[in-house]
Amino acid sequence: MFESSSPYSDFVDATFLSIVGISLLVLLGILIAMVFFVVRYSRKRNPHPTNIEGNVPLEIAWTLIPLALFMGMFYLGWEGYRQMSNVPEEAIPIKVTARMWAWTFEYPNGVTTDTLFVPVQAPMKLTLQSLDVNHSLYIPAFRIKKDVIPNRENVLWFKTSAVASYDIACAEYCGLRHAYMYTKVVSQDSAQFEQWYKAISLGQSKPYQALLDSTK
Amino acid sequence: MTTSAFVTEATEPDFYHVRTKHKGILAWVLSTDHKRIGILYLVTMAFFFLTAVLLGLLMRLEMLTPGKTIVEPQAYNTFFTLHGIMMIFLFIIPGLPAVFGNFMMPILIGAKDVFFPRLNLLSWWLFLIGGILALVSVFLPGGAADTGWTFYVPYSVRTTTNVLPALLAAFTLGFSSILTGLNFITTIHRMRAPGMSWFRMPLFVWSLYATAWIQVLATPIVGITLLLVSLERLFGVGIFDPALGGDPVLYQHLFWIYSHPAVYIMILPGLGVVSEILPVFARRTIFGYKFIAYSSLAIAFVGSLVWAHHMFTVGMSNTGVFVFSFLTFLVSIPSAIKVFNWIATLYKGSIEVEVPLLFILSFIAQFCIGGFTGLMLGTLAINIHVQDTYFVVGHFHYVMFGGTGFGLFAAMHYWYPKMFGRMYKKGPAVLSWLLLTIGFNVLYFPFFVMGYLGMPRRYYDYLPEFQTSHQISTLGSWILIVGLVIMIANLLISLRKGRRAEANPWGGETLEWKVPSPPPLENFHEIPVITTGPYDYSKYERVVQEAK
Repeated sequence: MFESSSPYSDFVDATFLSIVGISLLVLLGILIAMVFFVVRYSRKRNPHPTNIEGNVPLEIAWTLIPLALFMGMFYLGWEGYRQMSNVPEEAIPIKVTARMWAWTFEYPNGVTTDTLFVPVQAPMKLTLQSLDVNHSLYIPAFRIKKDVIPNRENVLWFKTSAVASYDIACAEYCGLRHAYMYTKVVSQDSAQFEQWYKAISLGQSKPYQALLDSTK
Repeated sequence: MTTSAFVTEATEPDFYHVRTKHKGILAWVLSTDHKRIGILYLVTMAFFFLTAVLLGLLMRLEMLTPGKTIVEPQAYNTFFTLHGIMMIFLFIIPGLPAVFGNFMMPILIGAKDVFFPRLNLLSWWLFLIGGILALVSVFLPGGAADTGWTFYVPYSVRTTTNVLPALLAAFTLGFSSILTGLNFITTIHRMRAPGMSWFRMPLFVWSLYATAWIQVLATPIVGITLLLVSLERLFGVGIFDPALGGDPVLYQHLFWIYSHPAVYIMILPGLGVVSEILPVFARRTIFGYKFIAYSSLAIAFVGSLVWAHHMFTVGMSNTGVFVFSFLTFLVSIPSAIKVFNWIATLYKGSIEVEVPLLFILSFIAQFCIGGFTGLMLGTLAINIHVQDTYFVVGHFHYVMFGGTGFGLFAAMHYWYPKMFGRMYKKGPAVLSWLLLTIGFNVLYFPFFVMGYLGMPRRYYDYLPEFQTSHQISTLGSWILIVGLVIMIANLLISLRKGRRAEANPWGGETLEWKVPSPPPLENFHEIPVITTGPYDYSKYERVVQEAK
């Protein structure tokens, strides 16, 4: 569930798990207190209630302590978001075009593919455009997503940390075959990628062929 | 609540048996009595709710196996669209305010009716017309809308399905909601009984008051936005349609400027119900009355400023993203304050575990899970990953169904004896609560797991690795439905077979328990004079003098 696929995905998972941890602790505290009070102060055990109208220091405490926790979460989230939105200058630019219901990836040499091939550990910059309705490019393994909206160029970047292939999905509802708008991002080692890229540049190899080779 | 000069005549006919101008069904659909209108809403809303439940059940069944299980993709897409439209506009938004707000709010503040009784009836008619429009779109050629309840442009402009009737339905329902809000604000300002100052109002009324302001201020925006989408579809004016130079993101902003506050229209009355019911069964005053009351207003206010957290992936400026994430965390604070005050209200109470309290306890637990997952969603780095996945769907079902839905069930079991003058059977009610709680969690908890693993929402089909989670979830939907059927059967059978309910079966101190069950036409023979706060249970305390 939490295997490392990119440096950024590790950060997101760590943030997620720490918030889940805090949440579980507080949730358990609330539930235990709730059930304990219901049992301990049942009408049988405690026929006479005590009317406590409130307690201002307590109110301040349970306003400020959550506030501090929330600000911590906010900071972590913002930190991650900044990492995700600052595209490294050396990133390899790819033009992504979405239409109902397929993806096209255009490399700097003008060759287009339906599967995204990338060299491992190299930052990739995806420029997103849509030919029809809203879509959203989503790579669950990398924990990244960006909407693809007509008349608007959104940018997304990532860096893989292993040689592997991952799913690309569409995350913005786009009609009949929305659930089938899947493709793959294939991360290859640099030498293999170079070779493939040269071959498609010279027209010696069909770009689609490479998917078969690399997933063997 | 101690009141002076309190006279209620048990011999007066209740509002069901009072002489009316019209007879038969007309005595209902033309009635301006807030209690009859409340019942009208209850009946119509239950019909739409069950239709939407059926759609949800079919969706879960479709998800049982990858590929086709029962329906084709187009049918599935219309299912989740209609499920969303009906659940939101016809069940959750009107649910507590229009049914229990209408029936109980005037009584809770010591009034004979709402300020504008005829406008109240008009609201119900608009509600009915809107509901029928939503249903009619299913049977027109072209088929039901398949846009999702969010009607995102450009898809909603391109699709050939019946989007217009659905838009018109939402528009009409919006008007119904605005009129109810206007009515409630005026009623609460102008018609409180003598002595009922703002801080002697029951907390359910406070939550309705905060809700009503959102209804009045935010709903017009979505009304106009949906009209603009209709114009776009009919005449291609180019406001939102990128093909004509329009901006689809503008649509999303306008939509969420209403639809996020609408989330608080949905949950605030639910929070109010918890605050209302807890003290009665804990037989003690609520802890932190003013903090709970003010937190409703705070939620209504800050909740109006966080809409763009639905849009962190559209490519907003970093400043926008920063501000909206920050405000989102701020709006969680008043909700947290409420939860802590509720728990503190149980402390040193004298607690009787009756059916309404059981639903409230489930509410608190599920609302907390909804809240914590909300914090995760507010955290930008996580939001980007789980936006538009099952994680979001799980989150809002925990808040809307686990919260408001269970709040509505609690309210139903709490006010049932008052509304119908009968008491339901406790055994089946407890069983239904147990099945609903188990079914709900089995159904929706796997959504969080699937969502984090990358299962996008609104998917007709899924990858094989999600099958186990989907199957557990579908199993949950079957448990849930059994609980729902038992609950409804128990409530329906008890209408005739239940034992007669006394005026105050729970020992509540608010005004509705001081009038007969069911109440007479104008609720009070003589308007009561209020001298204390709403949850004064001091008479049950141990008397200190005795010990001496």
